[in-house]
Amino acid sequence: MKPINRRSNAPVFWGLFGAGGMLAALFGPVLVFITGIAVPLVLILPADAMSWPRMQAFAQHWAGKGLLFVVVALFMWHAMHRILHSLHDLGVHAGTALKFACYGLALLVTMTAAWILVAVGF
Amino acid sequence: MAETSGNGKVIRVEVLRYRPEQDEEPFLQGYDVPFTDDMSVLQGLQYIKDWLDGTLSFRWSCRMAICGSCGMMIDGEPRLACKTFLRDFPAGTVRVEALAHFPIERDLVIRMDDFLAKLERIKPYIIPKEERTLAQGEYLQTPAQLDVYEQFSSCINCLLCYAACPQYGLNPDFVGPGIMALLHRYNADSRDGAAVERMEIAGSEAGVFNCTAVGYCSEVCPKHVDPANAVNQNKTRAAGDYFLRLVRPKGGAK
Ligand code: SF4
Ligand code: FES
Repeated sequence: MKPINRRSNAPVFWGLFGAGGMLAALFGPVLVFITGIAVPLVLILPADAMSWPRMQAFAQHWAGKGLLFVVVALFMWHAMHRILHSLHDLGVHAGTALKFACYGLALLVTMTAAWILVAVGF
Repeated sequence: MAETSGNGKVIRVEVLRYRPEQDEEPFLQGYDVPFTDDMSVLQGLQYIKDWLDGTLSFRWSCRMAICGSCGMMIDGEPRLACKTFLRDFPAGTVRVEALAHFPIERDLVIRMDDFLAKLERIKPYIIPKEERTLAQGEYLQTPAQLDVYEQFSSCINCLLCYAACPQYGLNPDFVGPGIMALLHRYNADSRDGAAVERMEIAGSEAGVFNCTAVGYCSEVCPKHVDPANAVNQNKTRAAGDYFLRLVRPKGGAK
């Protein structure tokens, strides 16, 4: 029973997973509704609700930037953690390579999101 | 067995047999067992042993869901044989197998060495926060302080939750639901002072983060201990410890 003596680093990933899960539960459905149903079908919201100038202005405002960043990044950490554990349940056990692939992808998306959000200016 | 004669009901009990000295691998053996509505699966097994086949081995003691020795897979579900009744299998057949996820010692008897080793590791007894002399009297506790851990103290070490836990099945290093319930029982006790020590186990690579919140452990628990709740409370606490350790000046970081 060696692993009993080694402190687990899971809290880092579990924390990101938990935060992403909470956010997904709060914002996920309404985001799907807005971006996938309401805007394309012009239901409730005006047709230009997600037009280029509006979305650009949103992404240039500090609050919009913040929101976009946490939604993209934390959803991604949540999803990759879940996929990693589901693979484990299916018999594909997380070796170091698989962990790097999953969490690495989440990190890549996080950094890309940050970079794009900075690039669109203020 | 006078009580089993006369009512004419018979159930087919399929039992997983394994006698290491003669069987290559476990196999199912069927027995026809006459029964009455008040007979448990355990009593069915006792009938087999007394009247049909004396070589059958299984554990039991209290017959009343207190000792925790008669855990087995009954029609694929982890259950106590003394708390499960033959009348509840109207199809006229029931399959009884050794508890899942444990090595079989013989027939329905499993080896619980792994569980016992882990149980020892968590120091399942109160380690007083402050020693009191006899003259100082007993360690007092309010009803509210009792409420915090009482439910977790009902664990009877039956291991049903281990047979239910897919994560324990995949990785037996995981300390598992029952041990976490007991660990929590002592950590949450106002008289105890050894929580920090036990949290090293909860927060280790064998600890709570192996759990993927399946929750089946709490469903099968015959004593309503809710081990999943103990695991989840300790995920939060272990995560808190993990990050707090980084901001503390100099702690027992490992
Ligand atoms: S927590 Fe419940 S199921 Fe698990 S060993 Fe204790 S009594 Fe049995
Ligand atoms: S015989 Fe004691 S719990 Fe079943």
